[in-house]
Order: sequence, then C-alpha cells, then structure tokens
Amino acid sequence: MNDTKESFHTNPLRIYNHMNKRNQIWVAFRAAFPYTVPILAGFVFLGIAYGIFMNSLGFSAIYPILMSLFIFAGSMEFVAATLLLITFGPINALVLTLMVNARHLFYGISMLDKYRGIGKKKLYMIYGLCDESFAINSTVNIPNFVDKGWFMFFVTLLNHFYWVIGSAMGGIFGSYVKFNTEGLEFVMTSLFVVIFIEQWMKEKKHHSAVLGLGLSTISLLIFGGTHFIIPAMIAILGVLILLRKQLEKVEVSAT
Amino acid sequence: MTMSLTQQIITIAMVVLGTMLTRFLPFIVFPSGKPTPKYVQYLGKVLPSAVIGLLVIYCFKDVSLLSASRGIPEFLGVVVVAFLHYWRKNMLISIAGGTIVYMILVQVVFL
Repeated sequence: MNDTKESFHTNPLRIYNHMNKRNQIWVAFRAAFPYTVPILAGFVFLGIAYGIFMNSLGFSAIYPILMSLFIFAGSMEFVAATLLLITFGPINALVLTLMVNARHLFYGISMLDKYRGIGKKKLYMIYGLCDESFAINSTVNIPNFVDKGWFMFFVTLLNHFYWVIGSAMGGIFGSYVKFNTEGLEFVMTSLFVVIFIEQWMKEKKHHSAVLGLGLSTISLLIFGGTHFIIPAMIAILGVLILLRKQLEKVEVSAT
Repeated sequence: MTMSLTQQIITIAMVVLGTMLTRFLPFIVFPSGKPTPKYVQYLGKVLPSAVIGLLVIYCFKDVSLLSASRGIPEFLGVVVVAFLHYWRKNMLISIAGGTIVYMILVQVVFL
C-alpha cells in the first residue's frame, strides 16, 4: 500500500524533473550560442581556407574533414598537412605536435576547477579544449540560472561543429570561391582582443594580463614567430611562481 | 605523394595523440577526486589572463615589421576593436568593425 502511494507521488515528480532537465539543456544552448557567433564566422572562414589549402596540396575533401574532426587544433592542422608531404616520421610528428600545442597545458590547468563535477561531458570538453573554447569558457560569466556544465559543453560542441563544417566546405567547394576574403582571418585576432579587454575590465589587478602580454611580446621579438611560444610559456610560469606571494596578497586584500 | 595511406594514417594519429596529450595531461596529473595542490590552484586562477595575453600576441606571430605594410593594418585593426569595445561594449560590433577595417586596409590601402 505504502509502495503504490509512493510511486504515485514520485512519478509526476520524475516526469517534471525530466522535463526540467531537457529545458535546462535548451536554456544552456541558447545562452551559449551568442558567445560562439564570432567563432562561427571565424571558423567557417578559417575552415574554408584550410580546406582550400589542403585541396591545393592535392588532398581530397575527406582529409580536411577527418583531420578537423579528430585533431581539432587549427594551426596544428596546417602543420600536419605539411607533415604528410615530407618523409614518414611519426616521432617527429609527435614531438612537433607537443611543441606547437604545449599552450593547451595551461588551458587544462586553468580549467581544472571549472570542469570539476560535470560528469561524462567533461571527457569531450577536454578533447575539444581549443584556443577559442578555452578563451570563452575561462572568462565568461555564466548566469546563475544556466547550467554551467551544459553551457561549456555547447560552446565546445558548436566550435567543433563550425570548424568541421568550414573545412568540409573548403575541401568540397574551395575552388569556386570568388569573393575576396583576404584579411577575414582577423576575426580571430579581434575575438581574442575583445576577450582580453573584457577580462581586463573584470579584474581588479592586471599583473597577470600585463605579464602575459609583455613576456609574450619579448619572447616573440627574441625567438621569432615559429619558436616563441614555449619560451613565453616558461617565462610566464616562472614569473607567476616568483610573484606568488605578492599576487596572492593582492587577491586577499582586494576581496 | 610519397607516403602510403597507412603512413598517412599513422602520421595523423600521432598529431591527434600529441594534441590530446597536451589537453588531457593536466586533468590526468591532477584528478578531480583528489584535492589540487595549492600552487596549481593559484596558477589556475592567475594563468587565464596571462594566457589570453599570449593568445593575442600569438595572432601577430607572422607580422613582419620589415614587410611593406610594417604591421600597420594589424595595429589599426586592434585599435578599432579596442575603441569600439570601450564605446559600445558589444562583442559582435567590435569584432565585425575591426575585421572590416582590417580587410579594407589589406585589400585596398596596403597593396
């Protein structure tokens, strides 16, 4: 008797919870989408450029599509294309990838806390932790009524989707593009500048932002475009560790 | 093309493996079940601002001050983005404005 009474009461609740969950996912999707619109523009364009590039090297459209789907790291995919044209060297390919993508280590460390406790989605979100997904997910203020896990999941998924669609379009229709797209890649630069400014206006102290900008610039001037990232990362890490006492004091006194 | 299909697949698999190592490593070294060391928590807090600074500079890695345009279009593009963003505080307006100005500069002004 007790059992039937209970199921009578829990059932509508379960249905309600189920509806509520679907609704939450939809709310998170709608909250996430506007943040990804600049990336829609940037990735579709860069993806098309990548598809055309692969096409010009003699690869069929399936190459850019699958590489974008599985690698999902823009600049590395351009490098990977050139790796396919030289003599076979898997270890060389691995080491080069680790060097070009070393910056992802910093993204992971920054997202350890934010990605905590969001279930199985987390595996995909780490898999898809590209520059743009990191830039949005690490800085955006997600409203309280939006599920944070689903929000960050959709940012990652939409970005991944745009990139694959762009590569496919470039690979398939690349040779028909007539519109002069020179300079369109600046959308990505603009996006990072905007995110930098947003972050700047949000924080009380700018030590970290100034260090990132300054040390990277110095490293770029010394080591040049192809080799500057790892020295810049080491310098940023070193100085942040050295300044830990001061910066933590700043944070405590600021709050 | 000098590589066989198998060699191509292995090469791409290596690139996937390398990329995934750099993305998963922090989460493997500091699993969410265990408390993260204090210094890593500190880095997690201060790194994002610095890394976004790094990403901004990363976009200029191929700009040469010795080229014909001397990086002027890139500089002006950033100025427009920053100006629009302080003025209107609308992400899409800032990004679209900066990109359009940059495209005009590289297509029409600096040839």
